[in-house]
Amino acid sequence: SFTNHMNKLARLARPNLVRMPMAAFSTNVWEHITMPAPDPIFGMNARFKADKDPNKFSLVIGAYRTNEGKPYVFPIVKKVEEQMLKEGLDKEYLNMQGDDLFTAGSKKLIFGETEHADRIATHQALSGTGGLRVAATFFAQNLPKSTPIYISDPTWPNHFRVFTDAGMENQVKYPYYDTKTNSLNFSGMMDSLKKAPDKAIVLFHACAHNPTGIDPTPEQWDEVVKLVKEKQFLPFIDSAYQGYATGDLDKDAYSVRLFLKEGLQFVVAQSYAKNCGMYGERVGALHFVCSDKDTRDKVFAQVNLCIRGAYSNPPIHGARIMARILNDEKNFNQWKKELKEVADRILAMRSSLRDSLVEINTPGNWDHIVNQIGMFSYSGLSPEQCDILINKWHIYLMRSGRMSISGINTNNVKRLAEAIKDAVTTAPKIQLTTYTDRTIITDLLQKKKK
Amino acid sequence: NMLTRIFPKMQRFASARAFASIWAGVPQGSPDPIFSIRDRYLADKSKDKVFLVVGAYRTEEGKPYVFPVVRKAEELLMKENLDHEYAPIIGSPKFLDLSKKLLFGEKSPVLDRTVTNQTISGLGGLRLGSEYLFKFLPGSNEKQFLISGPTWPIHHTILEDAGFKNLINYPYYNPKTKGLDFEGMKNGIKSAPKSSIVLLHASGHNPTGVDPSQKQWEEILEVVKEKEHIVFFDSAYQGYATGSLEKDAYPVRLFAENGVELVCAQSYSKNLGLYGERAGLIHLVCKDKEASSKLASNSDFLIRGIWGPPPIHGARIVTKILETPELKKQWKDELMTVSERIMEARKKLRAELEAIGTPGKWDHIENHIGMFSFTGLSEAQCKALEEKHVYMGPGGRMSVSGINSFNYKYVAQAIKDVVEKYPQERQINK
Repeated sequence: SFTNHMNKLARLARPNLVRMPMAAFSTNVWEHITMPAPDPIFGMNARFKADKDPNKFSLVIGAYRTNEGKPYVFPIVKKVEEQMLKEGLDKEYLNMQGDDLFTAGSKKLIFGETEHADRIATHQALSGTGGLRVAATFFAQNLPKSTPIYISDPTWPNHFRVFTDAGMENQVKYPYYDTKTNSLNFSGMMDSLKKAPDKAIVLFHACAHNPTGIDPTPEQWDEVVKLVKEKQFLPFIDSAYQGYATGDLDKDAYSVRLFLKEGLQFVVAQSYAKNCGMYGERVGALHFVCSDKDTRDKVFAQVNLCIRGAYSNPPIHGARIMARILNDEKNFNQWKKELKEVADRILAMRSSLRDSLVEINTPGNWDHIVNQIGMFSYSGLSPEQCDILINKWHIYLMRSGRMSISGINTNNVKRLAEAIKDAVTTAPKIQLTTYTDRTIITDLLQKKKK
Repeated sequence: NMLTRIFPKMQRFASARAFASIWAGVPQGSPDPIFSIRDRYLADKSKDKVFLVVGAYRTEEGKPYVFPVVRKAEELLMKENLDHEYAPIIGSPKFLDLSKKLLFGEKSPVLDRTVTNQTISGLGGLRLGSEYLFKFLPGSNEKQFLISGPTWPIHHTILEDAGFKNLINYPYYNPKTKGLDFEGMKNGIKSAPKSSIVLLHASGHNPTGVDPSQKQWEEILEVVKEKEHIVFFDSAYQGYATGSLEKDAYPVRLFAENGVELVCAQSYSKNLGLYGERAGLIHLVCKDKEASSKLASNSDFLIRGIWGPPPIHGARIVTKILETPELKKQWKDELMTVSERIMEARKKLRAELEAIGTPGKWDHIENHIGMFSFTGLSEAQCKALEEKHVYMGPGGRMSVSGINSFNYKYVAQAIKDVVEKYPQERQINK
């Protein structure tokens, strides 16, 4: 009678649906699934959101914030969007390679005016992540399975995920961050790469290394190029901050253009998430610099196939906005101006934090905050010191010491300095190993298990 | 050396070729048949040419169509001065919730035990759904993935790229009747090993245009339950196929409410004309809340390895329309108009084919549902049609929206001519 009753209700609610007895599931397809380890960045962000302290602020997420702590829409983006609305554009599918005006403009933006454009295969990509994944899929399908990919230690944690999921299992870390000096461990990096097998893939950050903010100097890049040629490495460059790091689009493309000038064959994943605030629109490009046009054509067609089975064609909206910015001189100049203002605010906050720390006689040397570049700073704070900032001062950052500088503004910089001083005097840094967010989470989990 | 001093450019090329191209071993990719046909169409200079290939809606004037309600939604959104920040990795809660309800029904009992993620349109949904299945189903390496014979060719690409190598066809299209080979379909699904995965088109089957009836869906349900199969629905035409959002979701709702743990890819490409905005989702209906919450806890990692957070623009348009009653109503009306034009085009073409005495039966043109129709024309006949500037998709698949009141007579005459010239029908049923 219960079944009859439920059936009556069902008939009333959905008269067209067949009257079948209320069925229980006989199976549980997902029975064996386990909860994964929590993501450190989103975990910390969630803690920040849950915190009710009125003075809290966050240095966690790598997204630009204004001096008022708000998200920022570039005025040029708003202007272009309004114009687009008036044009009454259709919403038809793009090809697999994306919007042609966009890809041409992107190629020019990263490589500069170049006579080699016809041997560079360019595809629109789902921001940086999408570009990385498509490239990794291509590598996995077209290079020997044993080909290792060398990745800086530390790096953006999601790099590992993307490469693993694409089938690139052979991942090797090369030293990068010198925890004693908060700068680049260049000799360690070069020693490691010298020992790598020939034709390995090496992942580089074009500028504004995530998470350390530490980039090689031009002289160091020259040495890298020399080694790449010697070992026939395949450089894979992640360019997420062109223009955002120094405020100068050409300066921030230095490493990419050097590689091109030096006649290397390499791959670039390019993102507009930060430098044009296109975060959620998912706009980026993927470039394969090949030895000649015929190879470029073959590579181009094969990359198409990598895209076909993943999402077929990319979203139009963000690419249209960028195409109109990249290909119109007036728009482009306005963008450059606004981008410089954004980058300048970050640079100003770096100076301001360092100066504030020195002003109140905080122990230690804080020059690295000004010497590092881009969205993040590896502050050098230990996990215990970070905990003091988080728990006592309600200032949130990653327990690796990674701070997102855009969370700093004229209203909170002094308080941040006080908090840091408090942290370093209360819990002096003891351990000297490199902290990455991944190792900290694993440590935590292991401690919990015990 | 001296040469490179005189010709400095040679220096640069010399370095580039100093080692052989890394990609020397990359094979020439085979061209996509659809694009080849399209290229021939574009090169065709005849003013009578008709393109019946790509599955995108066209107006009576043969133009792309943006739903007026979509334009309205975009104008409203512009006034809200929204930012472009990342959406949550799985998509915005409102978009997920409204889409789930649209597909399963406002009061569906499965809503609270369904994992829903925004994806890069329906194709992204198919890929992400396949990733869930491949990664989390035990024995997925060997599992049979049943797909209709024929099906949209890209299904193969997506499933294989996700790792499923064991793709098996179940009979679907009967070339003699130009309808459903229902017994074959049932037997195909029944004879697969227990707990196989079965891909079903919710409505508007691509490429045939042949859909099971509601009664036939009930029988398929019985077979699926008997074999404890996992069902993967591709719902790309909800509302577009018959004009009714409820009718086109019937099989998904039927299966979900009758104990099948199904996966469903949902697309707004056709029914909201959002093609290039890539608005879509994947839904995974689970046995209970505990199962769905465990599955959901893995979503972030899965998505972040493929494309990261989803694109916001199309999803915002959908949300605006679904959450605003007047806009939702306007959408339903416009959707009905669109699907009625398709049905009208089918009617006209069939009537004309019969009126001019085209050999053979043509009622299937009108009976087929949705974007496409398998005309029954052979490869030779389709090739001949191209010479008459009428372009069909592979297998004689016709995209009906390319037919309108200006060209249906021309198309009918062209079909009659090629059928008479090449009378032997050898149906390509790939």
